[in-house]
Amino acid sequence: MSTEHSGTDTGRAEREGRDGTEDTRGREDTEGSRKDTDEAGGAGTETAPDATETVEAATETVEAAPPPPLEAHDLTAELPAAPEPRSARFVRELTNGSAAITVLAIIVALVIGAILIVVTDSATLDAVPYFFARPSATLKAIGAAVGGGYAALFRGGIYDYTQSSFTAAIEPLLHSLSFATPLIAAGIGIGIGFRAAIFNIGGQGQMLAGGALAGWIAYALPLPAALHIPIAVVAALVGGAVAAGIAGVIKATTGAHEVIVTIMLNYISFYLLGYLLTNVLKKPGSNNPISPPALPSAVFPGTTAGLNIGFAIVVALTIFASWLMNRSALGFHFRAVGENPDAARVAGISVKQVTVIVMIMSGAFVGFAGAYQVLGQTTTGFTNALDAGIGFNAITVALLGRNKPWGIFWAGILFGVFQAGGYTMQAAEGIDIDIILVVQSVIVLFIAAPPLVRAIFRMPEPGHHRSAKRAHRPAVKTGAAA
Amino acid sequence: MKLELRGITKRFGSLVANDHIDLAIEPGEIHCILGENGAGKTTLMNMLYGLLPIDEGEILIDGVAQHFTSPRDAMRAGIGMVHQHFMLVPVFTVAENVILGHEQTTFAGHLNMAAARVRVKEIAAQFGFHIDPDARIEDLPVGVQQRVEIIKALALDARVLVFDEPTAVLTPQETDELMSIMRQLRDSGRAIVFITHKLREVREVADRITVVRLGKVVGSVSPGASDAEMASMMVGRAVELTVAKGPAKPGEAALVVEDLVLADRHHLPVLDHVSFTVRRGEILAVAGVQGNGQTELVETLFGMHRDATGTATIDGKNLLGIGSRAAIEAGVGFVPEDRQRDGLVGDFTVAENLMLNRSAGPPFVRHGGLQLRLLRRFADQKIREFDVRTPSASTRARQLSGGNQQKLVLARELSRDLRLLIAAQPTRGLDVGSIEFVHERIIAARDEGVPVVVVSTELDEVTALADRIAVMYRGAIVGIVPPDTPRDVLGLMMAGAPVDGPRQAA
Repeated sequence: MSTEHSGTDTGRAEREGRDGTEDTRGREDTEGSRKDTDEAGGAGTETAPDATETVEAATETVEAAPPPPLEAHDLTAELPAAPEPRSARFVRELTNGSAAITVLAIIVALVIGAILIVVTDSATLDAVPYFFARPSATLKAIGAAVGGGYAALFRGGIYDYTQSSFTAAIEPLLHSLSFATPLIAAGIGIGIGFRAAIFNIGGQGQMLAGGALAGWIAYALPLPAALHIPIAVVAALVGGAVAAGIAGVIKATTGAHEVIVTIMLNYISFYLLGYLLTNVLKKPGSNNPISPPALPSAVFPGTTAGLNIGFAIVVALTIFASWLMNRSALGFHFRAVGENPDAARVAGISVKQVTVIVMIMSGAFVGFAGAYQVLGQTTTGFTNALDAGIGFNAITVALLGRNKPWGIFWAGILFGVFQAGGYTMQAAEGIDIDIILVVQSVIVLFIAAPPLVRAIFRMPEPGHHRSAKRAHRPAVKTGAAA
Repeated sequence: MKLELRGITKRFGSLVANDHIDLAIEPGEIHCILGENGAGKTTLMNMLYGLLPIDEGEILIDGVAQHFTSPRDAMRAGIGMVHQHFMLVPVFTVAENVILGHEQTTFAGHLNMAAARVRVKEIAAQFGFHIDPDARIEDLPVGVQQRVEIIKALALDARVLVFDEPTAVLTPQETDELMSIMRQLRDSGRAIVFITHKLREVREVADRITVVRLGKVVGSVSPGASDAEMASMMVGRAVELTVAKGPAKPGEAALVVEDLVLADRHHLPVLDHVSFTVRRGEILAVAGVQGNGQTELVETLFGMHRDATGTATIDGKNLLGIGSRAAIEAGVGFVPEDRQRDGLVGDFTVAENLMLNRSAGPPFVRHGGLQLRLLRRFADQKIREFDVRTPSASTRARQLSGGNQQKLVLARELSRDLRLLIAAQPTRGLDVGSIEFVHERIIAARDEGVPVVVVSTELDEVTALADRIAVMYRGAIVGIVPPDTPRDVLGLMMAGAPVDGPRQAA
């Protein structure tokens, strides 16, 4: 079933009756989002192919270039392109949205965070009644609260300027990176799914599967360190891959929606692991459902600040994911299926097969996050809460990173900074750490709804500029800053 | 109630879907709107029904201009619509569906179902059919579901009833019953608008016929007009296309299709014992009004539709049900009917689209990695060779015009070693220049000895390209005739009339 209709082909609309109509109406919106890429259509000529140049990089070059004096005729002769299904459009907006939107979303979120800091700060609230008598006192209190809060965030998340030695001052950043490590790994896993238009909401379950398997190997199999860590990590990848692969197979064979299946698998993993932790996996002599601690040979070697070899592995994983998505045939298939499954099928790509492989790859990345939790973060034994919410936060990180491996890498680090800094904010300034969670969520909220950011900053709709074609489309909505 | 449409115009971007359409629909009349898929019939009706805003022109009822912003307004004005795809809630009962949207309630919002049931029975009895108001929609056959749609419109006292391709989903018997219901509705003084592209039905019930083509009214026909006259009005095109084409030098038989049979979801036959042969260096053009099985035919030849029976072989190798990947590997080039949906990934670059169906191995994939440098050279070369107007190989396919997108698809398909080329509606929506280019390329492929199957609803295209013409009607091949067959004969065949001993050129 395709809800995609060709705008040029009202025949399709005719065939599809009412669907066609609705889509035709919806198309005006679609055009706005599609137009951003139109700009690239006017880009200048490319130089000879560069060996190191990826297709993606090439595209970006084109987009940055000024529109050339391409014959207006060429563009105006063009018939409207096909509207696409809503979900596909959503994914595409997420993947192709501009960096400006991301930055602005972060700024808006920080402003909203500042407001929340102010209204929850007792010193500021005390000063408010005197606002008309002594406005400076109120403003001072507001400034102190916001400034103090964000300074603490910076001190706790990036660089502690109060420390005398550089090593001590940079320690917060190392903390942040260690928080970021599992978020990046899991985020890339989820992002790979998004690129293939598969919504893997099962990060929690996959982390539990991967983490538990790694954790079990870590405490139960005495091995030399050179073998122990790799085996435990590979087991985690396999565990995550299997947990996600189940969802992939179910989707491919029965058509069940992966969102529902992966959510159910979360419950299954959570309660199953909870049960196993009361008997076979339980630490002898403990009354709590917790496993024995990992053997030292399985623990990720690292610094006192918590940064360990896991981060290096995640950098390698990011490099691999970037190659996979941009330079490999498999990634090509993923993207083709994600962008247009119909064309992929006609091109001989098995959509079902891709669905399963995407889920397996996705789960393996998420599985590493599980391994990190038990081998790098909390090595004193795992529980069925070992995922620490990362399985879900990874979705936000993937969205913030536009589903691109390096985007997710930086998004993960930002969230790591928020997490590490959030603790300091709470400890030093008494600002509730929930404020930071609100900030994080607001960022992603705005990224998921680009028109909102555009409205706030009075940005034009994508593509709403220079293009000659524009003049010929009076029906298209005008942007805020038209 | 008299309904008038004056100068109705609708544009989608640069595409004019409806171009100053004038229509007058009188009470007590069945007014057929005849036109091919894509002619703009449904767009027009959706404006009449308040689903689409009108760009220009006006709708008048009894001389009073109307402004419909939603179907609710249209219904209030007495316009009812029976959609191609039923707008019924499958898990609701007949009575619940009929009152949906204008429920009568008693005290405290309690639904008055009893009244609804009575109303359903009343209307059904009036038109001599029986319907159980408590039956669930999903349990009813399609024909009965359609009657529920009619009752739904009548329950609102519709004076004008629009039927949008109502017979597409019906069996012949159900179609006959629908025709008789339509006549009864007319005799009760209602106006009927009947949208279709099926000539037989038109002749059977129409009191007046308006032919629409490419968004314009091309004229009226009296119901007594011949099928050929109607068909040529419907599909004909004034633009004369001249393609330089030498005589075919057909070689041995390459594509052999025998007794191909395929049924759709409703078990209605879509391919009805289709047999033909295409030789090397020959173009077989499949003509016919859209929706007569051509789409399914090409998909089947491309290895899809695993439940098709019969045989289809290329150079002795089976094509039936092998899947698109195997068909590509067998050397089948495929230009799909809907290039934006099936032919291209809009967000992929021109270069990526050029390797879309060649990602399984060399030359573009080695050791699992894309050979981007090679791809780039290949793309630049194909862009030149096929004159694809694009700023660069890394432009996204979505940004190209329709003609250039089609050139891109052709460039991809023709750059492989082909044993068979299938091109479905290869020039739909293209401007004249692109049409010429596409035709030249298809003929060039033929001259290299590739057997070619072209499906087109445009008679001009068929006659320009064909070495032989196969005409399809209702899933069957009416006949295979030489390319110089007169248009009126082809028109007649497209309307399903078996020509007196069709000159079999097979």
